[in-house]
Formats: sequence, C-alpha cells, structure tokens
Amino acid sequence: MNSRISAIIAGIGVASLLSFSVAAGTLDDVKKRGVVRCVVTTGLAGFAYPDKSGVWKGFDVDFCRATAAAVLGDANKIKAVTSTGKTRFTKLNAGEGDVLWRNTTITFSRDNGVPLRFHGVNYYDGQGFIVKKKLGVKSAKELNGASICIQTGTTTELNLADYFKTNGMKYEAVPIETNDEARQNYVAGRCDAYTTDASGLAATRSTLTDPKNHIILPEIISKEPLGPATRHGDDQWSDIVTWVLNATITAEELGVTSKNVDQMKSSKNLEILRLLGVNELSGRKKLGLSKDWAYNIIKSVGNYGEIFERNVGVNTPLALKRGLNQLWNKGGLQYSPPFR
Amino acid sequence: MDIVNKSQNKERSVVSRLWNNKDARSVIIQILTIALVFAVLSIILHNITVNLAAIGKDFSFDFLGHTAGYDITFSPFLDYTSSSTHFEAAIVGLLNTLLIAFCGIILATIIGFVFGIMRLSNNWLINKIAYCFVEFTRNVPVLLHILFIHGIVIQLPVPRQAVNFIDSFFLTNRGLFIPKPEWGPNSWIVGLCFIISIAIVFILRTWNKKQQEKTGVIYPIFWISICIMVLFTLGSFFLTGMPLTWSVPELRGFNFRGGVSVRPEFVALWLALSYYTASFIAEIVRSGILAVSRGQNEAAGALGLTKSRTLQLIVIPQAMRIIIPPLASQYLNLTKNSSLAIAIGYMDLVATIGGISLMQTGKEMETMIIVLLTYLVISLIISAFMNWYNRATALVER
Repeated sequence: MNSRISAIIAGIGVASLLSFSVAAGTLDDVKKRGVVRCVVTTGLAGFAYPDKSGVWKGFDVDFCRATAAAVLGDANKIKAVTSTGKTRFTKLNAGEGDVLWRNTTITFSRDNGVPLRFHGVNYYDGQGFIVKKKLGVKSAKELNGASICIQTGTTTELNLADYFKTNGMKYEAVPIETNDEARQNYVAGRCDAYTTDASGLAATRSTLTDPKNHIILPEIISKEPLGPATRHGDDQWSDIVTWVLNATITAEELGVTSKNVDQMKSSKNLEILRLLGVNELSGRKKLGLSKDWAYNIIKSVGNYGEIFERNVGVNTPLALKRGLNQLWNKGGLQYSPPFR
Repeated sequence: MDIVNKSQNKERSVVSRLWNNKDARSVIIQILTIALVFAVLSIILHNITVNLAAIGKDFSFDFLGHTAGYDITFSPFLDYTSSSTHFEAAIVGLLNTLLIAFCGIILATIIGFVFGIMRLSNNWLINKIAYCFVEFTRNVPVLLHILFIHGIVIQLPVPRQAVNFIDSFFLTNRGLFIPKPEWGPNSWIVGLCFIISIAIVFILRTWNKKQQEKTGVIYPIFWISICIMVLFTLGSFFLTGMPLTWSVPELRGFNFRGGVSVRPEFVALWLALSYYTASFIAEIVRSGILAVSRGQNEAAGALGLTKSRTLQLIVIPQAMRIIIPPLASQYLNLTKNSSLAIAIGYMDLVATIGGISLMQTGKEMETMIIVLLTYLVISLIISAFMNWYNRATALVER
C-alpha cells in the first residue's frame, strides 16, 4: 500500500515537471518564429479576406501587417489564423494567435470576464440592419415580428435582444455561425433582416449580386468600438499593439504618409522625428522594438487614413464614410496619445 | 536440503524474487498502472491550473446564475426570454437536444425497418431502391446531409409566396405552419371516452387470446379494436357538441401568426439525422432477419402459417435479439450527431450553453464540462434502457 502511495506521489512529481504553459514572452516567441500570427475573421469583405491568390487582405489584416512591420521589420511576415465569432477568444487565449485583429467589440465582460486586454479602437462602429428594398421597411422600429439572422457569439446577439425588448417588439432569431452563411440565409429569404455592425453590413452588401436592392436601415442600435486584443499578463506585447495603432493615427495627424515618409525624416517637427526614430523615444528599448519601428509601419502599410481609404473607404465597394473614424481635429473620434 | 535452498534464495535479489512470484508481479503491475493513470491525470489537471492562472481565469460555475441576455426562438417547452439565466438557457438547449434525439430515433427506426425489409424483397426494383438508398446515404458524412437538407429547405418560398393547402397549411422557408387544435370546455369527456375505449380494447384482446388458446378460433380483433376506438371517440366528440376549434395560421406582417410552426432548422436536422441513421439501421435489420435460419421459415410454412404471420410471429422476434444491441449504438450515434445542430442554427445543448453562453462568459472549461457530462448522462440512460430491453427480449434458455 505504501509503495502504491509513493508511486502516486512520484507520478505527480513527474507530471508537474512535464507540464507546459502559455509563455508570457509573446515578443520573444514572435521574433523566434519570425511571423506574427493574427486571429482574423473567416472572411469579411474589406476587413479580412483572402484575395484570388490566397493572400489575406483588408482593414484588420493591414493592422496585422503593421504589427509585423513594427516587430519584425517586414509587413509580409504574418499568418492569418481564421476564427468564427465563437472561437476567436479561445484561439487567442490558447496561444494559437499572438494578437486579435478581428472587428471585435470592446466590452466590460470581455475585458474582464474572458479575460482579454484591449488596446484602443481602430474602428468606431454600431449595429444596424439590412433589409430587401421590396419589403418596404424604412425603420428598424417596423421590424416587429420579423425573422432576423444574427451571427452567433457576438455582441449583436445581446444588443438585438435588448433593442426588441426595450421597444416591446417580437422577433425570430436565426442564429448563424459565419458571415457567409448569414448572407446565404438572408438572400434566400430565411430571414427578413440581417443584423451586424454597420461596417459588416456594408461589406456584406458589397458582395451581393444586387446591392442596389438592399438598404441599410438608419437606426444604429448600439455602440461597437472595435479594436485589437491580446492575452492578459504580457504587458510588453500589449504595449506594442497599443502603440502600433497609435502610430498609424499619429502619422495621419502629422501628415506622414507611406509616400512622403522618407522626406519626413528631415522634417522640422520634433514629434515626427520622434515617431520616425530619427530622435530617440525614451522607453522604446523596453518595448523591444527597433528604432525605425514606426517608420516601417508607415512605409509598408501607411497611416490610419490610408489604411481606411484603401480597404473600406468611399472609393471601395464598401463605400464607407470616415464618420466617427475621422481624426479628432476633423470632427471624428480617432485620437492618439502623443509620441513624447 | 533446507540450508542449500535458503542460500540460493539469498543470492537472487529481492526484486527478481518479487517479479518471479505470480501474485507479487500482478500487484507491481497494478501499482505501475495506477501511477501512470494518476500521472497523466495530474499532468492534465496541473496544466489546466497553470494555464488558467497564466491568463488570469478562475474556475467556477457562478455564471450559471447570471442573466444570459440572448434570445432563443426555438423553445417549445419552456418560457425563455433574454432575462433568463445561463442555466435556463442550458435547460432549453438540453430539451431541444432531447426533442431532436427522441423524434430522430423514432423516425430513423421506422425508415430503417422499412428499408431493411425492402432490402430483402424478391422484387428487383424495390430491392435495388433500398440498396441505393443505403449505399448513397451511409457513405456521405452526416454534416453534409444536414447542410444539404437545410439548403433545400431554405430555398422554399418566402412567407408571402407560401405553398398553400386549403388556406390552413402553409409551407415556407420559415417553416411549416399548421392549424393548432384548441380544445373547448367539455373536451375532457372526449379524452376520457378515448381512454375508456382503449381499456375495452385491452380487455377484448385478453379475452380473444384466451379464446384462441381454448378453441383455436381467431377473431378479426384488429379491425374490431379500431372500430371501437373510432366509434367511442367520434361519438363522444359529436355528443359533447364538437368542443374543438382550430387556430389557423395567418400571414400578418413578416410571418405567419397562430397555429403551430415547425421550424426549418428542426426539420432539416430531424430528416437528415433520421435518414442517415436509418441507412445503418436498415443494414442491421437485414442482417438480423437473415440470421434467422431458413429452417424456421420452412417449419412455419409447414405448419400452414401465412407469410406475414411467419414474419410477425417467428422471424421478427428472433431477429430482434440480434438487432437490438447494434441498434442501441445507432441510437447513441444519432443523439451525439445531433450536436451538429449548430451548423444550421438549431439551438441545441452545444449551441446554447456550449456556444453562446461560452462566448458571452468566456467559461470554456466549465461550459464544456457541462456539455460533456450531459451527453454522457443522456447516452448512459439510452444505453441502460436498451440493455434492459435487450434482457427483456433475450432468449430464455432452459
């Protein structure tokens, strides 16, 4: 009997030596691997989608590329880890991805309950509805009794329940796993309306065969601040992601673009010089980044405005206006702390 | 002699002496096995604790009492709203899983037996139809069947162009809408008469069996039973002044209101799971029937029993003993396959507690433990029932 117990204890001892854990040093892992792995959607036009040759493109992917440019000096060293709304946090927390750039709404429960670390907002969004024009619906308030497709595992599900309850209306929720399936169900008429963030609706409408026969209703029923997320417990990596986003916004504010970034290196504006690494920023070494990290971002990916216009702006099929995503000094909400 | 033996024993080490002793060896192996099992378990547990701590997560089931916040449209048994708790959401999911499993098992059994018997038909066409059905169905993954049926169902017409049968039944891609019976005040009398008629039929059958044993006369008891039941029920229905109205579905706004709706997600999952499992059941039934020796058939023929009586009294009872154990596995498969429901948005256990609740609370470990244990319990219950049934129908050996 005694030997049995000691064998069990020995077994537990061996077990504790063998166990492994999610490493805290994400930056070291990324550098060793030579690739930044970003958790992105399974495909959402304009935001994250594989193009014809299978290369991932889009608004969120560009921020992923910016992260790679900052950390590895090469924007192409990324790997897209696709995830549904349901699996994204599990994939991030299980270490399958290093950072989540996946139009994810920042909420209290996600920040603290899941838990995650959020780093500011790269897209200010709100939940809306798309319906077929021939239904004759002009407002979300007329949707009483409608069947509504929703992507499951998102904040939209909760907003929808709240909105209809508050307005004393009934609806049939048709829960769907991915944006593509939701589109199919909506097109087939399984649901009268499809609801998701307004940016997602624009993306979905741009992929329909007859975009003109669909309208996005005027009501925006929620605040959806979308932003990147990382795992709890890695302050260095978290700060890097925060400042990657800030660098793109600051660059736009200072008028630094991918085209003029080389000339700007000889600018007289001290903040530009600090941003581009001509003058040293105190604390940069602690972040583990090279001197030209922000230069690399702007050179290879561009500033916030360039990323926006290239992927989702008015000249793209999505045709989204800057709106709340305009810079703070031009009537929007995008605002970066200073580089000082 | 004694002294020589002792010195020899001392030379061999303690370990090899223990190893060569049959009883001691078995104890050693058992100890090693237990140690191994515990080592693996502790690796897993330790790993979970370390990693949960590393990402700042705790392990608790408190979230079950919190408000779920999301709606589940398909909740036929419970009144669920978005202010219900995650626990209630789990119960709704569980009931939906049980509903699909129950309906699926019944339909799969019916289709399976029909095709299994068709497979044995001497008619070439019937035989080959059954053969093709079985081979085409069971060789395609069940998820594809589910997506295929769902793809067909959502291409049905939208509510405004519903397929309309006599203005009461409507088939749309939002589901099948049928009139709902609404019973009036005296309707309990009709129900009572129906139960009485069943009791009478039961007594009649017992009497008939005794008569047959005594005299050998067989009365057309089946038709008599049907007549009694119909007469009693219909008679009482008309005498109480037809206490029944129908709530007919009616297109109002976006959807039909009133009546009963059978949702397309439910239909797609139900049909796909049923016919997929049925293809396996058909083969089980065929093998069961073929396993009954020809002699039994011939003996029954020699006794002058008709073909249907032979099947009913000789072949099927013996085949059932072979059919039931593999049939139980198919029932378990169907129940577990129902977890694919999420693919088409049917709100089962995996979609509610293991899906949306998981997502909203971030409690992957806890919700998955709940889902796993629930499936385990459901499966064990089905298993226990089928084992009991197997024993009940087993051959009583003398």
